[in-house]
Amino acid sequence: MMNRRLVASVFAATVAISVGLWAAGDAAAKDTVKIAFIGPLTGGSSAPGLGGRNSALLAVQLRNADPKAKYSYELVTLDDECKPNVGIQVATKAASDKSIIAGVTHYCSTVGIATVDTYHRFQLPVVVWGAVLPEITYGNNYAEIHRVNGTMVDEGKLAAKFLADNKYKRVAILHDTTDYGKGQNKYFSKFLSESGGEIAATFPVAPDQQDFTAELTKIKELRPEVIYWGGLTPGGVRIRAQMDRVGVNAQFIAVSGILNAGFIEGAGASAEGTVSFHNGAPIEKYAQGRTFLDAYAKAGFREDPDAYGPFAYTAANLIMDAIEKVGPDRKKVQDALNKTKGYAGLVGTINFDDHRQNIVTPYVYVVQNRKWTYWPDSEYAGGKKSLTGLAK
Amino acid sequence: MDFGLLAQHIFNGLMLGVIYAMIAVGFSLFFGVLDVIKFSHGDVLATGAFASLGAVTLVGVNSGLPAIVILLVGLLAGLAAGAIAGVIVGRTLVLPLRHAPAVNVLLATLMAGTVLREIIRLGVPNGGNPKPFPALLPAGNIQFGSFSIGIDSVIILACGLALVGITHFVVTHTRLGLAIRAVAQEPDVAQLSGIDFQRVVLGTFAIGSALAAFAGLMLGLYYREINFNMGVLLGVIGFAAAVVGGLGNLLGAILGGFLFAGAQTLATIALPFSSAYKDVVAFAVVIVLIGLFPTGLIPEKSSERV
Repeated sequence: MMNRRLVASVFAATVAISVGLWAAGDAAAKDTVKIAFIGPLTGGSSAPGLGGRNSALLAVQLRNADPKAKYSYELVTLDDECKPNVGIQVATKAASDKSIIAGVTHYCSTVGIATVDTYHRFQLPVVVWGAVLPEITYGNNYAEIHRVNGTMVDEGKLAAKFLADNKYKRVAILHDTTDYGKGQNKYFSKFLSESGGEIAATFPVAPDQQDFTAELTKIKELRPEVIYWGGLTPGGVRIRAQMDRVGVNAQFIAVSGILNAGFIEGAGASAEGTVSFHNGAPIEKYAQGRTFLDAYAKAGFREDPDAYGPFAYTAANLIMDAIEKVGPDRKKVQDALNKTKGYAGLVGTINFDDHRQNIVTPYVYVVQNRKWTYWPDSEYAGGKKSLTGLAK
Repeated sequence: MDFGLLAQHIFNGLMLGVIYAMIAVGFSLFFGVLDVIKFSHGDVLATGAFASLGAVTLVGVNSGLPAIVILLVGLLAGLAAGAIAGVIVGRTLVLPLRHAPAVNVLLATLMAGTVLREIIRLGVPNGGNPKPFPALLPAGNIQFGSFSIGIDSVIILACGLALVGITHFVVTHTRLGLAIRAVAQEPDVAQLSGIDFQRVVLGTFAIGSALAAFAGLMLGLYYREINFNMGVLLGVIGFAAAVVGGLGNLLGAILGGFLFAGAQTLATIALPFSSAYKDVVAFAVVIVLIGLFPTGLIPEKSSERV
């Protein structure tokens, strides 16, 4: 009898202690807030997509490790495959899930522009982390849409200026027929003409085209000094490789869609000297850059942050800071994001204009010794190596 | 336009043409022996290309072995993968459905193509992404005035033409070819003559599919990049080329392949509008030709079927 009483007492005490501990733990636990990350995790643009996802995930992990954070965050990652139809599906999935408070959205412009109406309809505030089509912010007046990276207008202007500064005049343009490629061509052509450049020919091509030898042979006949590619990495790799095959001796320049490790891996030795333009400086140049890179390396991600990872990281932090300030409420978060001025982000100070577009400065990069190198730091800018295409 | 550039355009067209011809020859072989359209053919091409890449990566591009040895390993792996895929499709889908309506075989092989494609996408690490293909052929260019062509392109073109020629020779001048032609002409009489029907059919599937796999390897070496859905459009182009040439006829398939490539090249250089429409133009040419020559440019009645 005695033993039974003892067992019962021990059991009751254990239950009481467990319940007490559980209640105390529950009181101390933070509410979990969900944020969506949407980008291309498969397909030809998955290198920057995975870099963006990892960077946003790092921002969330660091925030969750911060004891001062009011909430615990969960990143819901969705793959838009860089396809507008898939993008709309996953955007609808994220926007219709009321537990998701905001989104870090889209690397591909064609997807970014296709989904703005969805976010507006479901009133989900989003911060674009990579897509550069101006219309994503300037083509509407949706208070839900914000963007931390710059637009292709900045890229096109800088590309035209770079060519003029380096005495290039005659340019042949190849661009894909997506909104992204057409937009890049539109702004680059406009600024090139304004800076006195001459367009030898323009070739709109299908985004999945493999063979460019016919176009390049025609370009060879026109003898341009520069070939400009307005499209993504797979097309960039093929054009660069086929330029050598056809014997086109022109300088190859391309938009930020090829500014990733995939281009150098694919084009191999012929990538050397390729010039591209991007609206972020090398990450090491930013005040928090080294800390970011160390934390990224420590987190053990398999892929590089790539060119746009720091923007995804900044977008995620911008959203989490807004949630910390006003709580997990879509409308309040949107209002807080709209007022962003002088925000110290990883990629510099974020200032949204009247269309919630961050004002940025673009930079020139060149492939040197199988690495994308910041132009002012390169041997090309220093005169040790020279670009091609100009008559000596 | 000077002569050098014209020669360059012709070479570009020939390069594309030989790739299309190799795919079209496969379609013609299958149709010739069994009256079937094997719509997984383009995906067999991708399977061959990925098998080659896998073997080359496994051996190690920088392993110190001569490039020719690495290339041969890749070639053997690609041909084997293509042939095995072709035989499996033939044995499990085509032969059992031999007496079913043609549309059943067509649908079954179309689905088999999707299965192959998804196996590559899901089975290969990061299979959804384009894969860079190592440059295993000698670098350097041959230059004559404004005509410039990579040595690797010349090798690829020569190998492609040689393989199409060898296939034609095998079908028209060897015992195996005789058996293939006998089965194509009259399967029952062929069996009465002691020809093993199933072996001949599967042998034909192996040859046709290995040709597609070879085309996949050629594409990898030429464009230095392969992707899991590279066979979709190429399969359609190969089929269109085989039809316009005269389905079931090898010379017709070769002719159709070069014709399609010629139409694409001409559309790019001669038409005033966007080169984005070159596929549209080439398919329009095919439609017109099919309208004018419903049985193909080399119809069966004027030529011996496979």
